[in-house]
Amino acid sequence: MIATLFISVLIITLIAVVLALLMVIADATVGNYGVVKITINDKKELEVLGGQPLLKALNNEGVFIPSACGGRGSCGLCKVQVLEGGGNYLPTELPWISEEERSDNIRLSCQFKVKNDVAIKIPEELFSVRQFTTTVESIRDLTHDIKEVRLKLEDPPEIEMKAGQFIQFQVPEYELTDEPVYRAYSMASVPSDTNHIELEIRLVPNGICTTYVHKHLKEGDTVMVNGPYGEFFLRDTDRDIICIAGGSGMAPLKSILLDMAEHESPRTARYFFGARTGKDLFLLDEMKELEERMKDFKFIPALSEPQPEDNWTGETGLITDVVKRMAENASEAEAYLCGSPGMIDACVKVLKELGMPEERIYFDKFA
Amino acid sequence: MSEFLFPLAVFFAAIFTNNILLTNYLGMCSFLSVSKELETSAGLGIAVTFVLAVTTAINWVVYHFLLVPFQLEYLRFIVFIIVIAAFVQLIEMVIERYSEGLYFALGIFLPLITVNCAILGVSLFMVIREYSFITSFFFGLGSGLGWLLAILAMAGIRQRLRTAKIPPGLEGAGIALVIAGFMAMAFMGFTGMINIS
Repeated sequence: MIATLFISVLIITLIAVVLALLMVIADATVGNYGVVKITINDKKELEVLGGQPLLKALNNEGVFIPSACGGRGSCGLCKVQVLEGGGNYLPTELPWISEEERSDNIRLSCQFKVKNDVAIKIPEELFSVRQFTTTVESIRDLTHDIKEVRLKLEDPPEIEMKAGQFIQFQVPEYELTDEPVYRAYSMASVPSDTNHIELEIRLVPNGICTTYVHKHLKEGDTVMVNGPYGEFFLRDTDRDIICIAGGSGMAPLKSILLDMAEHESPRTARYFFGARTGKDLFLLDEMKELEERMKDFKFIPALSEPQPEDNWTGETGLITDVVKRMAENASEAEAYLCGSPGMIDACVKVLKELGMPEERIYFDKFA
Repeated sequence: MSEFLFPLAVFFAAIFTNNILLTNYLGMCSFLSVSKELETSAGLGIAVTFVLAVTTAINWVVYHFLLVPFQLEYLRFIVFIIVIAAFVQLIEMVIERYSEGLYFALGIFLPLITVNCAILGVSLFMVIREYSFITSFFFGLGSGLGWLLAILAMAGIRQRLRTAKIPPGLEGAGIALVIAGFMAMAFMGFTGMINIS
């Protein structure tokens, strides 16, 4: 009895060992592509082990390409231009690559394996993009449907960002999603606080990330984010600025204004904030404090439907009307807008009517 | 039946009368999910045929020279699975390295095949039916070709289905299963034409 047991264990081990040995040998011979060189944007050279997907190879070397599915070829985000050494397209890439991208040799970096020396081109800003492991330091309610999430960076412990940029928040698998997904959120924190990221997240019914943050996320939880991304940041000029936001569009503008206050910017700033009723307003104390700290800043909240219990004495009406009424010197100023596409389009139209050239209107549209 | 004819009979039976997919419903998941395009179906079908023919032969050797002598037949499930997985992995690595064309045509399907139950099913049937080595090889090859035939037929039908009007409740997997059922019924017409028992 014991002998048969012993023999069966022996045989199965033998089979497993032989097969494992075969795999190891194959790995070292057939699967060994040696060290290959990746040249990025003609200036940076990386030496990596061949045979692995480009996405992984770059990631291991600290160059982070945004990807939502984690390299499974199911999101189509991790596109990279391969200038030399690309070879043919894999069938798994083709669903994500348009004709135009094909002629530019755009590849899906999670599917494309580096087997020889390659030269690639990626947007310059991706060099500073990192993946961060963070823990939730605090969550607080800003309004009935907007939460402020403050993350403490663990690894790496610091982020270098421009005020107004955004990060991608990784939502792990949970009841609304069976694979990790990423959602973009603007950072509301000031760039000088390099160890923290603050996000303002509004609950969208059935939104995958917003539901996760509002119903499941707790203090102390680990959150993966990557960034910073985006071209929405304060331009280095001496023009007056007009900020317009609604809802959680507050986040990047708060960051920009705090940054201006910290650097004692002499620029005049007006911040128009649109909300429906009094309970949609938030961070009023912080804004008051900013008005005192900054040389010439005014926060102008406007309610479109003030309720009797709000006892509202401020501006009323649609934010576009308030801007039209109150913006001074718009033709000489710059504008920074963040909010829903509808609000932004309407505001851009108003600002243009006020004489502001389109190239000085910067915006961050919720997608 | 003569020694020479029997493997051939098994071969044809595996393709038509005892089609692994349409009479035993093995290998259903990849059959349903990859049968949308004729070209990809052909790639997957050929890969399945190749893997089936070779793994059945390897598993026959492992079974008769390793498991039977030590009376370890009951370990065949796990052993067959390991052998299939390792073989598929090895083949994928070799193809990827040495033939880009073949890799693009077949290689990408190989990981799918590891979990295709038709592969394990054929190895197990070969044991139950006590086939010889040659017969087993032809049984594997025939089963693979039968599977290829079924998925090609399915892909052809599904390509035409795109322009057909399907009741909303039946779209997608629903109609595919109904079609698979009809195809199985059609193949029942072959029953009894080849007697291999």
